[in-house]
Amino acid sequence: MRERRLASWKIGGEQGQGIDSTGELLAIVCNRLGYYIYGYRQFSSRIKGGHSNYKIMIGTEPVASTSSELDVLVAIDQETIDRNHKELVEGGFLVADAHFEPVLPEGCPAQLLSVPLTQMAQEVGSPLMRNVVSLGVSAYILGLPLDAFKDVVLQRFGKKSPEVGQQNVAALEKGYAYAQEHLPEPTWKLAAGDGKSRLIMMGNDAVALGAAAAGCRFCAAYPITPASEVMESLMSILPRYGGVVVQAEDEISAITACIGAGFAGARAITATSGPGISLMQEAIGLAHVAEIPVVIVDTQRGGPSTGMPTKHEQSDVWALLYGSHGDTPRIVLAPSTVEETFYLTADAFNLADKYQCPVFVATDLSLALNKQTVEDLDITRIKIDRGHLLTDEEIAAQAEPDGFRRYRVTESGISPRPLPGQPKGQYLATGVEHNEFGKVSEDPRNRVAMMDKRLRKVPADPAALDLSLEPLAYTGPESPDILLVGFGSSVGPIGDARKLLEAEGLRAGHAHVKVLAPLPVNQLAELFARAKHVIVAENNAHGQLFALIEHRVGKAMREQGLTVPQLHSLRKYDGNPFLPKEIAAAAKEVTSYAQAG
Amino acid sequence: MPKLADFKTNEKSWWCPGCGDFGVLASLQKALVDLGVEPHDVAIVAGIGCSGKIGNYINCYNFHVVHGRTLPTAMGLKLVNRDLTVIAAGGDGDGYAIGGGHFLHALRRNVDMTYIVMDNQIYGLTKGQTSPTSKTGFKTRSTPEGNIERPIRPLQLAIAAGATFVAAGFSSDVKQLSSLIAQAIQHKGFALVNVYSPCVTFNKVNTYDWYKEVLINLDEDESYDPTDRGAALQKLIETDERVRGLVYKAPDQPSFQELFPGYREEPIVHQDWTMPQEDFAELLEQFR
Ligand SMILES: Cc1ncc(C[n+]2csc(CCOP(=O)(O)OP(=O)(O)O)c2C)c(N)n1
Ligand code: SF4
Ligand SMILES: [Mg+2]
Repeated sequence: MRERRLASWKIGGEQGQGIDSTGELLAIVCNRLGYYIYGYRQFSSRIKGGHSNYKIMIGTEPVASTSSELDVLVAIDQETIDRNHKELVEGGFLVADAHFEPVLPEGCPAQLLSVPLTQMAQEVGSPLMRNVVSLGVSAYILGLPLDAFKDVVLQRFGKKSPEVGQQNVAALEKGYAYAQEHLPEPTWKLAAGDGKSRLIMMGNDAVALGAAAAGCRFCAAYPITPASEVMESLMSILPRYGGVVVQAEDEISAITACIGAGFAGARAITATSGPGISLMQEAIGLAHVAEIPVVIVDTQRGGPSTGMPTKHEQSDVWALLYGSHGDTPRIVLAPSTVEETFYLTADAFNLADKYQCPVFVATDLSLALNKQTVEDLDITRIKIDRGHLLTDEEIAAQAEPDGFRRYRVTESGISPRPLPGQPKGQYLATGVEHNEFGKVSEDPRNRVAMMDKRLRKVPADPAALDLSLEPLAYTGPESPDILLVGFGSSVGPIGDARKLLEAEGLRAGHAHVKVLAPLPVNQLAELFARAKHVIVAENNAHGQLFALIEHRVGKAMREQGLTVPQLHSLRKYDGNPFLPKEIAAAAKEVTSYAQAG
Repeated sequence: MPKLADFKTNEKSWWCPGCGDFGVLASLQKALVDLGVEPHDVAIVAGIGCSGKIGNYINCYNFHVVHGRTLPTAMGLKLVNRDLTVIAAGGDGDGYAIGGGHFLHALRRNVDMTYIVMDNQIYGLTKGQTSPTSKTGFKTRSTPEGNIERPIRPLQLAIAAGATFVAAGFSSDVKQLSSLIAQAIQHKGFALVNVYSPCVTFNKVNTYDWYKEVLINLDEDESYDPTDRGAALQKLIETDERVRGLVYKAPDQPSFQELFPGYREEPIVHQDWTMPQEDFAELLEQFR
């Protein structure tokens, strides 16, 4: 029997039919067997009804993207077949509930296995266990040991009652036995996993963990897809550490509550998506001018307005860089994996405290919600640096009859700060332009001095931010013919596209931007100087990162007398992340590889 | 013990001579002195409006925020440092128009803090437009033919929304107002003090004389029981809220802080934030 290093499995049905939890069970089983997984959920803005599906890539090596191909499809209804059969490959299996009399569309190369899922579930106790029966069938097809499934199922359902646990085990066994009896000897199976149990989590989990580990003890947020899990997980973590989570009445309340907490000296976070970011704009300006630390997470989704709430997009780049009126310096971190989300979220708190300003963590729906394997998270790498706070003695020594110079104009632009409660440190923090004491001032010279001070605080080069990771990651040859550039969760599809191109003999490189502001302009320019073509691939309609790069990096290169390579923009904004082959195709087109070869 | 002078700043006042807000400032300073609070242990979050300038003239930690957002800001501030005396202060427009949503939720959330509204029934800073507390028929720059909308009744609204402390003050009676503010600060929960604070420049109807004539002093009415929610609402309806004094104080309602699981005596800002490695390892277990 052939062993495979990568297989894909998907379950689909109506929302509310346990699609998610079934996918979750398989993911846990695979993780415990030592496989790497990458989950991809598709769902709609409905609670019950509406098609949803959960696809899991299972590999013996790290997997970072989903694909358009599918080995096993478990269908709970005909709609799942109609919508997803095109992905099924030759030799694939369609496991469908006999209950709805499934029809295999013409031309589908997969084998239909009509299994009495509901009936068998009923036999062991309840039709609700239909999905568990399908897992038994899947275990056989994928060549995974059934015992691993039994353990997980017992853990999950045995808690309710031992009887329910046993029923679910019986459901697994029935499915497995059915497959054994009715399926031909499989021609392939998954190569064994390495048995090492890793972590599986989504970006939102990593945000919460990163925040808690970095000393964040206050969260105020308003529920929104795909950000709500951040508040929910912090609610389960922070009370154990004396922290507080408030479900605010709206995002304006959420952000201003966090700013209030930041003024007092705490580490505060709010997490939202596009509509919430829009509501927060005025307060973001307040935090800049009053110089107050706060961390804001934007899990980008399809915009503008309500847009496509449950669909992936990366279209808030400009909003995060330029949103809010007036001139404000920006720090926008853009992790690309769950692991990076953990470390960069923790970094965000140090940066906010150091530079006394809002710091944004931009993720996207794919990164926020899709579960992926994470090797390990190391809390010892996280150091809490609260920035330049003053001791009571320093404050007493610096206090003047007119008050305290909270906004002292310094060379770095950073003014050491007292916290409320410290004697003699009283000052006025304000969104109004002010002098060093915080007193209102419209004096032109003061205005310029204060504006310049705030703007010079944040370094122009992300290398100076001292992050846990490089602001720009590069993989590929020294001088690529084609350089693929992206940010956020597209790290997987772009990375896989690069491998596809390489396999076809193309010299392809991949640069991934982890900091959107300050943009790694010099680092990009250096790479661009060695490339013939550059494609910026992103999930928005304007080419928001492309425009930034064209303007900033192009300008820098011309100033340095470097030849700017041909810049191309690849945009996808249909609600789905890129597939590696789409990016590879675009790359071949711009390099005319297809014609030449 | 801190003295009145300790709460003063050398900033020259920006308010028009005779503005009601002077009386609110004096009452607030007196209340803090009477309570023996140190200036560095007080944090005031002020809104935007003439009223919002109050923080400029009082020596303590001050945060002058954006229009309408004093309440959530003060909530965040108080929750992370429970040792501070936290006071939100602003105008009727700031609190009942642009910040109206936050007002309702602050009331039902019952975070232990004080909210002073300087109600002049007009927009002062923007030079005299109608406000949510302006009476129907009131003529302003934005309602030249007279206000066609009905006013908000902030005191009834507060009680209906679950307020645990509601008081009404008059800015020219510093003695009563400072006592009401002190009681509000001492109240363990969210305390509203709505102060009639005349705008001498733009509101020629609701003047000092007018208020003196119409306001009924509940503190002088021995038959009035401020712990009776129904009676309080009844009184407010009867008088169209032309009252001053302690309107309502709920008997023993726990504050948000008292109810929040795991909330500690030691303020968050003073806690050690490092997470023990074992704890973190345990947190990770649920992801395996
Ligand atoms: C978002 C926003 N919108 C409008 C304004 C303009 N503005 C400043 S103060 C104010 C109203 C002030 O009225 P009130 O709150 O009653 O305060 P007063 O001046 O009467 O004390 C307005 C509309 C603003 N600062 N911010
Ligand atoms: S305009 Fe009215 S509210 Fe404003 S300072 Fe003058 S009197 Fe006071
Ligand atoms: Mg007013």
